[in-house]
Amino acid sequence: MTAAAPEAALLRIDALSKNFGGFVALDNIGVEIRKGERFGLIGPNGSGKTTLVNCISGALRPNKGTVLFAGEDITQMPSNQRSHLGIARSFQIPRPFRSMTVLENLMVALDFAAHRHLFETAAHRRDEAMSILTRIGLASKAMVATATLTQVELRKMELARAMATGPKLLISDEAMAGLSTSEVDEVLDLLMSLGGEDIAIIMIEHIMQAVMRFSERVMCLDAGRIIAIGAPTEVMSNPRVQEAYLGT
Amino acid sequence: MQRSSIAFWLGAAIFLAAMLLTTQMIRNEYPFFAGYVILQFVVLSVAWTILGGYAGYVNFGTNAFFGVGVYTAVLLIKAFEAPLGVQILAAAGVGGLLGFGVGLLTLRMRGIFFSIATIALAIIIETTITNWRFVGGAAGIQLQRPPVMAPFDTYVKMLFFVQALLVVAAVAITRFIQNSRMGRGLQALRDDELAAECTGVPTLRLKLLACMISGALISAGGAPAAMYLQFANPDSAFNLNYSISVLAMSLIGGTAHWIGPVIGAIVLGSTQQFLAVTISSEINLLVLGFMLVLFVVAAPKGIIGLVSRLMHGGGRA
Repeated sequence: MTAAAPEAALLRIDALSKNFGGFVALDNIGVEIRKGERFGLIGPNGSGKTTLVNCISGALRPNKGTVLFAGEDITQMPSNQRSHLGIARSFQIPRPFRSMTVLENLMVALDFAAHRHLFETAAHRRDEAMSILTRIGLASKAMVATATLTQVELRKMELARAMATGPKLLISDEAMAGLSTSEVDEVLDLLMSLGGEDIAIIMIEHIMQAVMRFSERVMCLDAGRIIAIGAPTEVMSNPRVQEAYLGT
Repeated sequence: MQRSSIAFWLGAAIFLAAMLLTTQMIRNEYPFFAGYVILQFVVLSVAWTILGGYAGYVNFGTNAFFGVGVYTAVLLIKAFEAPLGVQILAAAGVGGLLGFGVGLLTLRMRGIFFSIATIALAIIIETTITNWRFVGGAAGIQLQRPPVMAPFDTYVKMLFFVQALLVVAAVAITRFIQNSRMGRGLQALRDDELAAECTGVPTLRLKLLACMISGALISAGGAPAAMYLQFANPDSAFNLNYSISVLAMSLIGGTAHWIGPVIGAIVLGSTQQFLAVTISSEINLLVLGFMLVLFVVAAPKGIIGLVSRLMHGGGRA
């Protein structure tokens, strides 16, 4: 084992591979994400972004390689334990708890969160949920059934629910897909403000202005491999990235 | 919260007192003979709702758990002449263990696949019992009731009251689950299992726990049936009718709240009893099926869904 680096990575992915039958979705991926880093993940459709996120959050187990989070090997760990360690995510297609109100959606997270002991009573947890909703800008919708939310509200609700788990790493899987320009800015500002704390954020996104504005570092995947990683402008000007996105 | 708990326990105490009083005042045994069956279905339906309603895992193996309860009692009577209380507690234990085992094997399956697996379970256990001579095998077994205990003058009245106690126990446990974070976790995983898991809900553990508690209560509710009928055979103890009736009662009552299966079991159970004496016991199933279809189409959230919709509608009007 290598000794911990001076600034130990929050998330460390090593030689990660995942196939679905004969199809190689991820091929030998290795990357480190620092505490509090804003990390953009791009790549054409089917390049393996969501598969990578699923391997990090536990929805899928990789065929090879390891995932380390805060120094702990979580490669085979069930999702709920990863959530307790501090990994939270939103989904590409929103997955609210449809029979519940917005507030109750957050209460699920707070009821089962690792930092539950910080909020002694149900009333405390409720206050915490309300303060998260206020920050996200959904406080007025707290008592509304999730089934009646608009697309942008659903996206925000998912981010709020993820925040309620008390994450150290928040993965946003295309939280801006299908939103209008002003809504994109709204969600982007939100993500920027959340990442200002100790929370690292991995943002998967197709909207390039958003990625450029948001990310400290960007990684581009194509056909399950990393083709570029580094500062946003650097990655964008990389000919392989342009080729992957625009074709030749 | 506190206030509703006081109201609940007060209601439970009044219910039990009323049940006890009727056993002392009414001489005729028939109302208790019929009432026992209704109370039994309340226990089964409420217990079923923990897994089938809150968690959304439709268990078709109610008859497996029921039969296991009956035969746990039979075994204990045959081997040790164990008293009724012991039979019920042991049945709960065995039912819980069975729930744990079934859960481990099947709870990774979802939707209809889980339901099919639970049907298979009943068939496997029934076959085993059918081939077990000690508990009577296929022909069944006659049982002798021990002398009846103090305030009751007949055994059926005593069983009626015991079943009323089980109703209170089952409802109290189910109500506790509904109001606890386990209830919220089950509701979350019913809505979306992956999202629940990623939000920190230990879905497999909660499902296992729900399956164990539900199984334990169903088996406990089935245990007194051995003494009630003074006879047990695999065909009746593992009858699929139990599964279908319980499913129908829970869904018709509504599974979002514990009161739903209570209402469903009382309404359908009474209807069944009434039909059995007035027309024929065979027509039960027809009525059950008809009502189930009617409710699935017209009121998918059951009677409690219907009532709350009417109340909301009335408020707006």
